[in-house]
Amino acid sequence: MFDRILEVLPEIGVAMGQTLTMLLVAIPLAVLLGTPLGVLLYTIGPNGLKHRPKLHRVLDGLVNLLRSFPFLILLIAIIPVTRFIVGTTIGTAAVIVPLTLNAIPYFARFVEQNLSQLGGGVVEAARSMGASRSQIVRDVLIVEAKPGLVSSITIMTVSFISYSAMAGLVGGGGIGDFAIRYGYYRYETPLMITAIVLMILLVTIVQLGGSYVARRLDKRL
Amino acid sequence: MIEIQNVSTSFASAAGPFTAVDDVSLHIRRGTIQGIIGFSGAGKSTLLRNINLLERPTSGRVLVDGVDLVTLSDAELRTKRHDIGMIFQHFNLLNNLTAQENVELSLKFAGVGKAERRRRAAETLEIVDLADKAGTYPAKLSGGQKQRVAIARALATGPKVLLCDEPTSAVDPRTTSSVLQYLADVNAEFGITIVVVTHEMNVIKAIADNVAVMEEGRVVEQFDLTELRRPGFHPATSIGRYLVSDEIQLDRSGRGTHTTAASEGLINV
Repeated sequence: MFDRILEVLPEIGVAMGQTLTMLLVAIPLAVLLGTPLGVLLYTIGPNGLKHRPKLHRVLDGLVNLLRSFPFLILLIAIIPVTRFIVGTTIGTAAVIVPLTLNAIPYFARFVEQNLSQLGGGVVEAARSMGASRSQIVRDVLIVEAKPGLVSSITIMTVSFISYSAMAGLVGGGGIGDFAIRYGYYRYETPLMITAIVLMILLVTIVQLGGSYVARRLDKRL
Repeated sequence: MIEIQNVSTSFASAAGPFTAVDDVSLHIRRGTIQGIIGFSGAGKSTLLRNINLLERPTSGRVLVDGVDLVTLSDAELRTKRHDIGMIFQHFNLLNNLTAQENVELSLKFAGVGKAERRRRAAETLEIVDLADKAGTYPAKLSGGQKQRVAIARALATGPKVLLCDEPTSAVDPRTTSSVLQYLADVNAEFGITIVVVTHEMNVIKAIADNVAVMEEGRVVEQFDLTELRRPGFHPATSIGRYLVSDEIQLDRSGRGTHTTAASEGLINV
C-alpha cells in the first residue's frame, strides 16, 4: 500500500501544486475585485452612504444570478469567456477563470455583510469630522471591518478548496481531482484517503492561519 | 456664534411625515455653554445634528460663525466641519485604532500631514490627560477615558464649536463630573462654544450658561442658569419645572396613576 503511495507521490505533489495555484490566483483576485463590488453594494444600499435604489437592484440581481449557478454548470457555461481570457479551455489556468468568477460575487456579499454590521456610530462620527465618502470607506469602514474580512477570506478559501476538486472536469487537476480519479474511479482507496487527508490538512492550516490573523487584527477585546 | 433660524426637520415614516424639530430659533453666544434638555424624542439630538448638518433641516437657516451652512456645497461643508467638533453618547471611537490613531483621524480628514498629525494628536491627548494611553485600544479604556479620547479627537483640528450629544449618559456619576470638568476647561481655556444635549438636569446645572427646554420638537422655554439662584424663579412650563426639580417622585400609596408628577402640578421648585 505504501509502495503504491510512494509510486504516485510525484503526481500527488503536482496535484497539490495545482490546487495551490488555483487558490493563490483565484482568492487574491476575488478579494481585489470583490471588495470594491461589495463596498459599492453597501454604499448604494438602503443603509449606505449614498442610496441609489435602481443601481442597487441591478447589481444585487447580478450578484445573485452569478451566485445561483452550480459551479459545475458555470465551469461549462463560461467556456467561451475562459477561452477569451486565458486562451485555452483545459488545464489549471482554465479552471481559475470560473473559480474567480464565482468567488468575486461570493466575496462581495461577505464585504457587504461585514460593512453593514458595523453600526452607524463610527460613520456618523467620521461625517462630523468632515470625512468624504471615500475617506469613510477607506479610513473607517474597512479599518473596522478588517478582522471580519479576514474571517470571510478564510471561509471562502475553504469553500474553494472543495470547488477546485471539480477542476478535473476540464483537466484542471488538483488534489481533489486526484482523489476522484485514483480513489473513486480506480478503487484505489488508500490513495483516495491519502488525498483526503492532505485536503483536511490544507483546510486545517488555512482555518488556523485565518483565525489567528483575524484574532490578531481584532482589537475589540 | 451659532444662529438657528426657524429650523424644522421632518422625516418620512410609515405613519406619514414626522416632525422632529418644529420651527426652532436659537441664538448661542460665542464662548458660552448652551444646554439643550428634554425627554427622549423631544428632538434635541436632531436639533444638535442640524448645527453641523449631519441632519439637514427641511427648512430654516443655520449660521455658524456667520456662514449659512445650508447653502454650502458638499466640499465646503466638509471643510466647515473641521471647525465644528462633535462627541457622542457612545463615544463612536474606532475599535481597531489606538487612542492616538483615533485622534489623528480627525486631522487626517482635515488634510494634515502625517508628522504634524502625530505631533498635534499627542498634544491634544495631553489636554485630556491621556498622554500615557496613546497606544491603548478603546477596549482597554474606561468609559470616561473613551469620552476623553473622543473629546481630544474633536478638539485636534482646533474647532470653534463643540457639539456634545448626551456626553455623560453612558458613564457613571463620578465619571460624569470628570468629563464635564474637561469640557468646562476647554471652554475656559480655548473659548470654544459648547452645545450640550442631555436629559440630565444636573449636567445642565453643572456646566451650562443657558438652557433651552425642548418638548415635541419645539423650544418651549429658555433661561440663563443664573436665574435658578434667583429667589422666586420658576420655569414657565411644567416640563421645565419637572426637569429643574430633577427628582424621581413616586406615589407609594399603591394608587400610582402613572402620570408625571409635573402634569399634576405636584412639583414646587
